[in-house]
Amino acid sequence: MAATIPLAMLRENCEAVIVEVRGGMGLTRRLTEMGFTNGTRVKVLHSTPPGPILVMIRGSRIALGRGLAMKIFVNPVEGG
Amino acid sequence: MEKIRVALIGNPNVGKSQIFNNLTGGKAHVGNWPGKTVEKKEGVCVHKGAEMHITDLPGTYSLTAHSIDELIARNYIVEEKPDIVIDIVDASNLERNLYLTLQLLELEANVVIALNKWDVAKDLGYEIDAKELSKLLGVPVVPTIATKKIGMEELKNAVIEAAKIKEKRRGLIFSYGKPFDDIILKIASIVQKDKELLSRYPVRWLAIKLLEADEEVLKLIDKSLCKEEVMRQLSEAKKILGEDIEVALAERRYSTISEALPKILKGARPLTITDLLDKALLNKYIGIPVFLAMWWALFRFAFDVSAPFSDLIDMLFSKLGEIAKMYIGDPKLASFIADGIFSGLGGVLVFLPPIFFLFLGLTILEDSGYLARAAFVVDRAMYKLGLHGKSFIPMLIGFGCNVPGIMATRTIDKEEDRILTILLNPLMSCSARLPIYVLIGSAVLGSYAAAGIYSMYILGIILAILMALLFRRVVPYFRGKPSPLILELPMYAMPSIKSTLIHMWERGSLFLRKAGTIIFLGIIAVWFLSSYPWGSVHQGDKFLLENSYIAILGKYIEPVFRPLGFNWMCAVALFFGFIAKEIVVGTFATLFGLEERSEDLSAALRSNGVFTPLTGLAFMAFSLIYIPCIATVGVIYRETGSWKWTIFAVTYGLILAYVVALTIVTFGRLVGFT
Repeated sequence: MAATIPLAMLRENCEAVIVEVRGGMGLTRRLTEMGFTNGTRVKVLHSTPPGPILVMIRGSRIALGRGLAMKIFVNPVEGG
Repeated sequence: MEKIRVALIGNPNVGKSQIFNNLTGGKAHVGNWPGKTVEKKEGVCVHKGAEMHITDLPGTYSLTAHSIDELIARNYIVEEKPDIVIDIVDASNLERNLYLTLQLLELEANVVIALNKWDVAKDLGYEIDAKELSKLLGVPVVPTIATKKIGMEELKNAVIEAAKIKEKRRGLIFSYGKPFDDIILKIASIVQKDKELLSRYPVRWLAIKLLEADEEVLKLIDKSLCKEEVMRQLSEAKKILGEDIEVALAERRYSTISEALPKILKGARPLTITDLLDKALLNKYIGIPVFLAMWWALFRFAFDVSAPFSDLIDMLFSKLGEIAKMYIGDPKLASFIADGIFSGLGGVLVFLPPIFFLFLGLTILEDSGYLARAAFVVDRAMYKLGLHGKSFIPMLIGFGCNVPGIMATRTIDKEEDRILTILLNPLMSCSARLPIYVLIGSAVLGSYAAAGIYSMYILGIILAILMALLFRRVVPYFRGKPSPLILELPMYAMPSIKSTLIHMWERGSLFLRKAGTIIFLGIIAVWFLSSYPWGSVHQGDKFLLENSYIAILGKYIEPVFRPLGFNWMCAVALFFGFIAKEIVVGTFATLFGLEERSEDLSAALRSNGVFTPLTGLAFMAFSLIYIPCIATVGVIYRETGSWKWTIFAVTYGLILAYVVALTIVTFGRLVGFT
């Protein structure tokens, strides 16, 4: 299995599975509500370093600030 | 007639306001939630002999106690107990939308689901089994297409049917699995010993919220006799479930949805137009130019199209004033009606056309899905400055007029970020300040006039950046970083003409009712100060402003301005500039007894030595920064809902203006200008 990396490092059009959301309670909570829970598949639609990142998760497009995307850890899906 | 109280709820971007408009025919009472700056809309819908009183709850993803919007929505359902809660679910985005639905079921609300954007879901290749969804959740589900008014009759019928069921209607009680269910049950059985709580709230919901350490529910328990027992149970639970119970429960809700989804939803999502458009509009290199072009177009549209209307209103009220003066014998009354009432009304109403057109344009951008993209594109730069991605649009609008600019901050979720954006907005040099720059620039800056005028805009931007950085560090309320961007980018859609127009009307009339009163009263006050003492201001046919209270005041405060090189006329002009900044020009004209637009005014300013190039520049800078006009102050109060921030905005503006003007004069003198 591929190494765990922050979501922010995932390249465009790549898919991954969330393994951990770090950061304060407030942020974790909001992200969880939006569907960023462990085991969920995400796909990076757009990444504009050092700007925000756009991901597809649970059928919706969510933009995340880069700092925030650094706190979400994922396992890339091979061939995704 | 039978009365049914209906609440509308749903995630952002699900077409909630369209459904509200369809049900109420667009006739809404728009106000604020008590004590909050969040907008509240209510309307009535009569159907088959029933009168539905519809309350539009704020768009929200969840029902926690962490944001004002969520708390308002939740408290309304818990405390006001509406007969029916219509949960608007985006059929093209079931998974995330059902998360809110599950929470509504936990609240034991009488839910009717409107499965909206049915057509969009079809276009995406989804096949949804609405009957199965209804069976699973135990509540009625009505497919709708709000943009085409499809499914509205069925929705109303479903509401009436659901309201008939008198016994407490229960939707699905879904399982959180072991060991959660047992613990929830245990806590619920303790809580229900408190008869007061039992009669007012669903106990299972209370138990779940207690596990989530929900502040509001903990407060409820605090007063209850069962407090100790509950607390003991909660610390037990923490030992078993760990500290992050709230996140764990949210994960369970999502997995409940994921498990159910295959039963109701089939089909895959092909590459959509949205993905294609995003490839271009969010691109690193194309994104910003496109954004600036969009903004420019919006701006030209709003201010160019509205200008003739504003002129017309201006003309109408000055004509009315003239007529009043002609026909009213008593000069005091005539002046009160013409210069007080009519110019007050005119002063309010000239703002309407730009506000209406700007919100028309903005609503189109918002409903089409573009506005969220704009926030994405500028997020990085704004974050560096301590602002939110969504702060950018209000700033840009501020260059046209600060009033709609400040109103546009409503899209910013976090109160701190929003208030900071409001406070900085007046530094964006609005179009009303241009005449001042033009007058003084052409009077004393000679061939540098254009550069001087241009530099004011740059100065405003630089000051806004500095103030943003300063406030973030110094003012405790703003300390810390702006909330990071978490924003859903909706699919692009064709905005509907009707809802766009309704939205525009709501914004415009809200401005008229709330900010309008303050502006109107302010103008009447200034009229009084400039017309009295009557006898010495009005001598025969002459109007001697220098004898008025305002001139007395101007002369009185002149020493304050002396270090800046401003005389009493400047002080008076600045005082009047409080009504609307362009009045500064008119005041100079009145003081010199000249026509406002005449070339002579520049010449008079020059020959009378009111300004040197240096003090002229300082005056321009002062005009840019000092107290925003009365309309802006009115809207700052309205939008922050606080005198504290309103006074803060006025005070920091005055101090900053003084400091900057003094710096210009002092530094200029040091390097040898006079």
